[in-house]
Amino acid sequence: MITLTIDKKKVEVEKGTTILKAARKVGIEIPTLCHFELCDMGIENKPGGCRICVVEVEGRRNLAPSCMTQAEEGMVIKTHNIRVLNARTTVLKLIISDHPFDCLVCAKSGQCELQHLATQFGIRSLPYEGEQSHYRKDTSPSIIRDVDKCIMCRRCEMMCNEVQTVGALSAVNRGFMSVVAPAFEMNLEDSPCTYCGQCVSVCPTGALTEVDHTNDIIRALTDPTKTVVVQTAPAVRAALGEEFGLEPGTLVTGKMVAALRELGFDYVFDTDFSADLTIMEEGTELLQRIRGHLAGDPDVRLPILTSCCPGWVNFFEHNFPDLLDVPSTAKSPQQMFGAIAKSYFADKIGVKRKEMIVVSIMPCLAKKYECQRDEFKVDGNPDVDFSISTRELAAFIKKANIDFLNLPEEDFDDPLGESTGAGVIFGNTGGVIEAACRTAYELHTGKKLERVAFTELRGMEGIRSATVDFDGLPLNIGIAHGLGNARKLLDDVRSGQSVYHAIEIMACPGGCIGGGGQPYHHGNSEILSRRAAAIYSEDERKSIRKSHENPSIIRLYEEYLGEPGSHKAHSLLHTEYFPKTNGVTVHLQS
Amino acid sequence: MNQKLSIAPEVFTYMEKVTGADGVEVIVNLPKEKIEKINDICHSFDNDPRELINVLHETQHTFGYLPAEVQDVIAHNLTLPVAHVYGVVTFYSFFTMIPKGEHPISVCTGTACYVRGAEKVLDEFRKELDIKVGETTPDGRFSINCLRCVGACGLAPVVLVGEKVYGRVSPDGVKSILEEYKK
Repeated sequence: MITLTIDKKKVEVEKGTTILKAARKVGIEIPTLCHFELCDMGIENKPGGCRICVVEVEGRRNLAPSCMTQAEEGMVIKTHNIRVLNARTTVLKLIISDHPFDCLVCAKSGQCELQHLATQFGIRSLPYEGEQSHYRKDTSPSIIRDVDKCIMCRRCEMMCNEVQTVGALSAVNRGFMSVVAPAFEMNLEDSPCTYCGQCVSVCPTGALTEVDHTNDIIRALTDPTKTVVVQTAPAVRAALGEEFGLEPGTLVTGKMVAALRELGFDYVFDTDFSADLTIMEEGTELLQRIRGHLAGDPDVRLPILTSCCPGWVNFFEHNFPDLLDVPSTAKSPQQMFGAIAKSYFADKIGVKRKEMIVVSIMPCLAKKYECQRDEFKVDGNPDVDFSISTRELAAFIKKANIDFLNLPEEDFDDPLGESTGAGVIFGNTGGVIEAACRTAYELHTGKKLERVAFTELRGMEGIRSATVDFDGLPLNIGIAHGLGNARKLLDDVRSGQSVYHAIEIMACPGGCIGGGGQPYHHGNSEILSRRAAAIYSEDERKSIRKSHENPSIIRLYEEYLGEPGSHKAHSLLHTEYFPKTNGVTVHLQS
Repeated sequence: MNQKLSIAPEVFTYMEKVTGADGVEVIVNLPKEKIEKINDICHSFDNDPRELINVLHETQHTFGYLPAEVQDVIAHNLTLPVAHVYGVVTFYSFFTMIPKGEHPISVCTGTACYVRGAEKVLDEFRKELDIKVGETTPDGRFSINCLRCVGACGLAPVVLVGEKVYGRVSPDGVKSILEEYKK
C-alpha cells in the first residue's frame, strides 16, 4: 500500500493506482474528458490525450495527467490550485477553438461532456481564433459521423477495436489533419461496422450520433390513411425513465404505453410478444438440431447460435462468413413482429399492407439497419418501417409536451401486446437462452419445469458457461456479450473446439440494456446492473413466464401459422445470412 | 482540408484466392506474385502484429508504395484491422499510398537547408514539374517529397534524386538537374 496526500487529505491506495482513482477514493472528483471507464466490464480508455485531468505534483516541474500518472509513496498533490485551474481552462479553450459552436442545434446538446465542462469551468470567451478542421459528414443507415465535433478522445476507437474487435474505426492522418475514420477513409457503410452503436454510447460529443427517424414517424402519425403500429423492445422500459429524471432501474412499462397512445399510435404492442414467438421457433430449431445430433445425423451442425441481435448478425456476416449455417435461422423479435403485424394482424383488422406503418422502439442502433435489409421487405415494402432508439422516444415525448411522470399506467393492446416473463428477459445478457431453456425443457421432457429462473445463466461476466440438466440430458450453454467475447467463442467453433450445444450472443456489453440506443450511462456501470435487475423483476411479476404458455402465441399458431417450424412459419419468421466484404479490396468468399 | 484520399476506381484485373493467416479465404485484386511477395515479408516477421511498421517498411521498399490492396493483405496476415494499418500508414510521412516517380526527388527542408533557401528550390521543382509535394507527374517520371535532414548540412540546401545527392542547389540549378533525367 502507498500513502499520499491529495488536497491535504491523506489517502492509502494499492500500488499501481492512478492519482485520478486515488482522489475519487477520498471524494475528490477530478474533471476528465477523454478518460472513460465501465469498471464492472473491465473497459477503460486512458490515452492521456486531452489533459483536462492535470494536477500539480509537488516537486515536479510539469503538471501531470491524473488518469495516467500512478500514485507514489509520499506524493503531495493539488487538484485545484490556480495553476491547475488555469491550465485546465486553457486546454479546454484550445479544444473548443477547433469545435463547431452549433450547440443549439446539436443532437448531443444537454448530454455533451464538452458542453458540460464548458459550463463547469465557466468559459465565457474564446480567445483563440484561427482555422477549424473540417471533414465530410458520413451518414450510414444507423450512425452519423460528424467528425468536425470529434475531440480525438479515442473512446470510440477503443470500443470498436478492443471491446468489440470490429476494427471499423482508427485514428488516421496526423496533427491537425487527424480524424477517427474507417480504413482508406471510406464511409462507415462500406466498412466492417456492425452498427452496434457502442461508439455512439461512449462518444463525449456529437461526433457520433444515431440517424433520427422521429420526423418520419410524425409524418406517418399525421397521415389519416395510415394505421400506425408500434412495438417496444424489453430493454426500453427499464431505461426510458432515466431520461425523465427517474432512478436507473425504474420500470416505466405502463407510462411508456400511455405515452405512445398519447403520441397517436393506433396500436401499442410489445416486442416481448415476438420474443415469445422467437422462442417458439428458435427453441424448436434448438431441439431439432440437438436431437438430430444425438441421433448421429452428420448434417446437423452444433452449437446453435442465437440470432436475435442484429449487431451480432452483421459481425458474423463480416468476420465468420464460413460459419453462416451455425446461427439459428429465426429472425430477430423486431422482424418477427413486423412480419406478423403486416400479415396476420393486418388481415385481422382489414388493413392493407401498404396502409400499415410499423414502428419499433429499440435500445439499439443496429435495428435501424436491420429493418432496411432487403430480405425483410415484401415488394419493396419493409416489415418494419422505422426503428427509433430509447433516446429518440424520450426526445419525442418531450417534444410532444407530454407530462411523462404523471401519466397513468396503461396496458398494451391485444393480441400482439401479450407477453410472458420469458419475453421480457430478452433484454439482458443470458436472457434469450434462459427463455429458450424454459420452453425447450418442457417441450423435450414433457414435464413441468418447477424452477423457472435459470440463475446459473445470469450475471455480467463477459463469457459465461453453464450446464443445464434437461432431465438426464446435460446441455452445455455458452453465453457471450460484447463482440470481442463473441469472437472468442466463434474462434473455438471455427477450429472445432467448441464444447457447447447452444450459444447466446449479444453484441453490446450487458446485452440490450447496454445497447447503443439507450440513455447515455456516461461510464456508470451500476446503471447497467440496475436496468438488468429491473428486467428480472418484471419477469418475476408476470403470471406467465414461459413463452409457449402465452395465450396469444398459442392462438397465433392455431389460427395462422400451424406448428413452429411449419412452412408458413418458415416463410414469415426465418431468414438467411449473407457473406459481407471486409474492406475495399478484399472480398470474402462465401 | 482533410480531403478523402483518392483511390483509383477498382478494376478487377486480378482475382486471386488467398487464405489469410486469420484462416479466412479471400479474393484479392492483386497479381499472385505480388501477394506471395507480401506474404513472404509478413512471414519473415512471423506474422507478428507488433512488427507492423517493419512489415510496412519492407513492403514499401519492395513495391515503392503501399496501395489499399497491399494494406489489406498485410492486415489479414497480421490479424489486424485494416483501419489500423491505414492509420499507421497515414501517420508516418515516410509511408506513401501514391507510387513514387521513376526518379523520386527529395528536397531537404531541415533547419539548415531551410534557412539557406530550400523553400525556393522546392517551389522551382513544383513549378517546373507542375505537381504538388507528395505527387507524381502524370508520365510517372518524377515525384516530389520533402524530407528532414540527410546529415549533410554543410552542403545545404540539399536535394536527392533517387540515391544521388546534389549540394548547394539554387533555384537556377533546378532545370539542369531535371535535364539530366529527361534524356
